[in-house]
Amino acid sequence: MGGWNELYRENILDHYKHPRNRGTLEQPDITYEDANPLCGDELRMELRVKDGRIEQVRWTGHGCSISQAAASMLSERIEGRTLDEVKQLSRDDMLEMLGIELGPVRLKCALLALKTLKAGVYGITQWPGEEEEEGGS
Amino acid sequence: MAQWTATAALPQPRPFDPRAVRQQFPIFRARREPPLVYLDSAATSQKPDAVLEAMNEYYSLYNANIHRGIYRIAEQATAAYEDARAHLARFLNAGSPREVIFTRNSTEALNLIAYSWGRANLRAGDAILLTEMEHHSNLVPWQILAAERQVELRFIPMTPEGELDLEPLPRLLGDGRVKLVSVVHVSNVLGTVNPVAEIVSAARAAGAVVVVDASQSVPHLPVDVRALGCDFLACTGHKMLGPTGIGALWGRRELLEAMPPFLGGGEMIREVKLTESKWNELPWKFEAGTMAIAEAVGLGAALLYLEGLGMDAVFAHDRELAAYALGRLREVPDLRLLGPPLERRGGVIAFELGDIHPHDVATVLDSHGVAVRAGHHCAMPLHRKLGVVASVRASFHCYSVPEEVDALVEGLHHARSVFG
Ligand SMILES: Cc1ncc(COP(=O)(O)O)c(C=O)c1O
Repeated sequence: MGGWNELYRENILDHYKHPRNRGTLEQPDITYEDANPLCGDELRMELRVKDGRIEQVRWTGHGCSISQAAASMLSERIEGRTLDEVKQLSRDDMLEMLGIELGPVRLKCALLALKTLKAGVYGITQWPGEEEEEGGS
Repeated sequence: MAQWTATAALPQPRPFDPRAVRQQFPIFRARREPPLVYLDSAATSQKPDAVLEAMNEYYSLYNANIHRGIYRIAEQATAAYEDARAHLARFLNAGSPREVIFTRNSTEALNLIAYSWGRANLRAGDAILLTEMEHHSNLVPWQILAAERQVELRFIPMTPEGELDLEPLPRLLGDGRVKLVSVVHVSNVLGTVNPVAEIVSAARAAGAVVVVDASQSVPHLPVDVRALGCDFLACTGHKMLGPTGIGALWGRRELLEAMPPFLGGGEMIREVKLTESKWNELPWKFEAGTMAIAEAVGLGAALLYLEGLGMDAVFAHDRELAAYALGRLREVPDLRLLGPPLERRGGVIAFELGDIHPHDVATVLDSHGVAVRAGHHCAMPLHRKLGVVASVRASFHCYSVPEEVDALVEGLHHARSVFG
């Protein structure tokens, strides 16, 4: 088990305390909300898309530092990218952005943002990494 | 509240030394850095040597299936298993060991009542009365039954302080449709000790059968089923210093006699033909298949251990520690305590720390070796009612010491500095 100092690396705390792209859009093309009722993490993502490319991202939500930092990092990563590129983003990409190893409970916190994003863009509602498995929880 | 004045008037229980007790738990003797600060006894308790040794002795010296073998060690195993049952019956002041049915845990005991008593006795239009502070184990089985039988679920409300509001009770019971009332004795989130005897007398006067979820009370305070006056009571071994995989349902004999079996299989029958069977007598009617024998033996050893400490003394110790913890937690800025005043709570304390998510608090505490529970503790409706998403919970047992509270408080200051 990693201690707080491993889990809460500088960049996670930085994104948590100074979230990027937090807020709402005037006229989003895509809006999607999801939650992780077990921990009470909630997230809403709004995108403005033009010619298959994400022009602007805003998100709101609340939850633990991991879920909020993940949303902030992901929003930075996808701005200006194509929807196809978004589809390619995997659970490992998300964990790489966070730069930490997580147990099963906190893993859901880390992946909520990516799950919300993919559901909004493609209607994929499974947890990232479980798309191919049957009956992932 | 009359209950409390009565309890307060009891002579002071003979105290025990929690430091000496702690030394009898191998998990605390194991060296680790940082040392284990275990504040999650409401989730499961630690196990003393005596319990582990009793289980090991069964497996090493007289492992055999029970009730069947006509040889010495099988008889020895049967006697040990049935002794554990008789012991639990005495522990709960039950009328007879026949009224004590071994289950896997409280959850199974509650499901047994819902399945067996519920399906035999409830009709469309009847009602079940629960409370807003139940553990999911005392909620979901009734939801399943209610949906199946078109039975209405009603709830005794909970106040913002985390206590049951009994004022609407006469109205809730008034139309005579409530056939079953099921209440938690001690809340696993808030530690609230509910006035169960009062609820029981109102419910029974209204003709309802009363179930008590005693998962958090039997491990920590003297529980007397006859004094409570209830009809059924569920408890779980792993929270009372015993092993996992063993729990019990106590029920009034006449009710249990009239109930159909829960699970079918070996041991619960007297005579089997190809197309029909006759049920065994109590309690075996409800114990289908090979039971958790070693675990029952371990539970028996746990009861002996608890009796050695004295349940009055265990509760006094829990509450003394809760008093100390409440005082120390009030020193932590932005900390919001949930739950009732000390006079009406046991050794469980839930709280929020500013707007730091409980998971983050627990992770920082973990780096200090402090084990707490963070989340909704299997009581989502309770949290929703209190208007909090999740909480951090510290809970104690006989081996808990004030230094552990100090480590908790230090960890909380640290969490504030990380996230502040
Ligand atoms: C109040 C209460 N009821 C029921 C249960 C369920 O116990 P078990 O999981 O052992 O069946 C618990 C345990 O968390 C509890 O605290």
